[in-house]
Amino acid sequence: MTTTWQTALKWLGAAFTAALLVGASINGASAHEGKHKIDAKGDKCVRETEFMRRNHMDLLKHQRNDTMRKGIRTTQFSLKGCIDCHASPVNNSVIGTNDNFCQGCHSYAAVKLDCFECHSSKPRPASPATPHPLADAQAGEMQAKAATSGEVSK
Amino acid sequence: MSDVDKNRRQMIGVGVAAAAGLAIAPGVTLLDLAHGRPADQAADSSKRWGLLVDSTKCTSGCSDCVSACHTENGVTSTGHPETDPQWIRKIELTEIRSGRSHSLPMMCQHCAEPPCVDVCPTGASFKRADGIVLVDRHICIGCRYCMMACPYKARSFVHEEHHDQKPDVPRGKGCVEACTLCVHRVDKGELPACVEACQKAGHEAILFGDLNDPNSEISKRIATIATKQVRADLNLNTGVRYQGI
Repeated sequence: MTTTWQTALKWLGAAFTAALLVGASINGASAHEGKHKIDAKGDKCVRETEFMRRNHMDLLKHQRNDTMRKGIRTTQFSLKGCIDCHASPVNNSVIGTNDNFCQGCHSYAAVKLDCFECHSSKPRPASPATPHPLADAQAGEMQAKAATSGEVSK
Repeated sequence: MSDVDKNRRQMIGVGVAAAAGLAIAPGVTLLDLAHGRPADQAADSSKRWGLLVDSTKCTSGCSDCVSACHTENGVTSTGHPETDPQWIRKIELTEIRSGRSHSLPMMCQHCAEPPCVDVCPTGASFKRADGIVLVDRHICIGCRYCMMACPYKARSFVHEEHHDQKPDVPRGKGCVEACTLCVHRVDKGELPACVEACQKAGHEAILFGDLNDPNSEISKRIATIATKQVRADLNLNTGVRYQGI
């Protein structure tokens, strides 16, 4: 008898813990999404949101060195491109309040954001005329595909 | 003749016609202007950008190049003129005996052997492959050794916070900065702001071009007219040359 009771209790405990975990993760996700709504003018980022959350700093740093040192000015991972797309319609900036795209997430994650001590946090005046970076991304993907399949795209 | 050859000949024809069109316009150096690279291509050492300043055409009292530079690069006054950054300045020179005076703009001379690069302890001060001397603010620690090393007093330290930067020209407190030869414009195939402003004012005292290309307007002028480097004795091989000093 005791063994049956013990097994039943174990099962109950496991089910309870699982329910708790699921609940917590759902609550966590919704709170996170609610707090950090993605402000963007375009339909799609240059990479998936999950990838960008973890790796945007590496892409930006790579691009920064290429542009600063070599004068390579591709637009796909350009900080100016990010700002053009993610500037808030409220204050026309990516910083200023915790509702702004860059500052909101950085203050949530407690990571110091010093790009905008030098870089402009506002979009370029002619930003509607500039091509969306996604255009470059698609071209890049096409080139990459061509390269892997052995085609020469030039 | 194959189709390929025909196409090639047509293209050559178009090229010759275009070149002839460029040559017809007097005083317009369109061949020099067509210097933009594709965005994904790095600057390379086949080019060396430089300026030729004709001080005989530079008008005393005119500061169009200075204001154009500061407007283009977002260099604004902080209300403390003694520490305001200065990317380009006008200098009035007067010979004491004859009283002859003339005027010229002084800025980063984009040396081939830049002392600012030699002394920089972090590698922030560097020369790009095409000869443009720049400060990488990401790694500049603001020690100001480069300011002391520069014989032209071309560099400035940013003492105060800025909030109204131009998207193309990031700048902020704690770094050294100087004339970038309007690198963001040059990379697009445009002229530096000072050169454009001087042309607009009708003085045409500053010429921009490729010092490595013997056929460029600037190289031809340097090959035929007496020009000087300021402090040529230092053997820095400056990218900015002066005429009439």
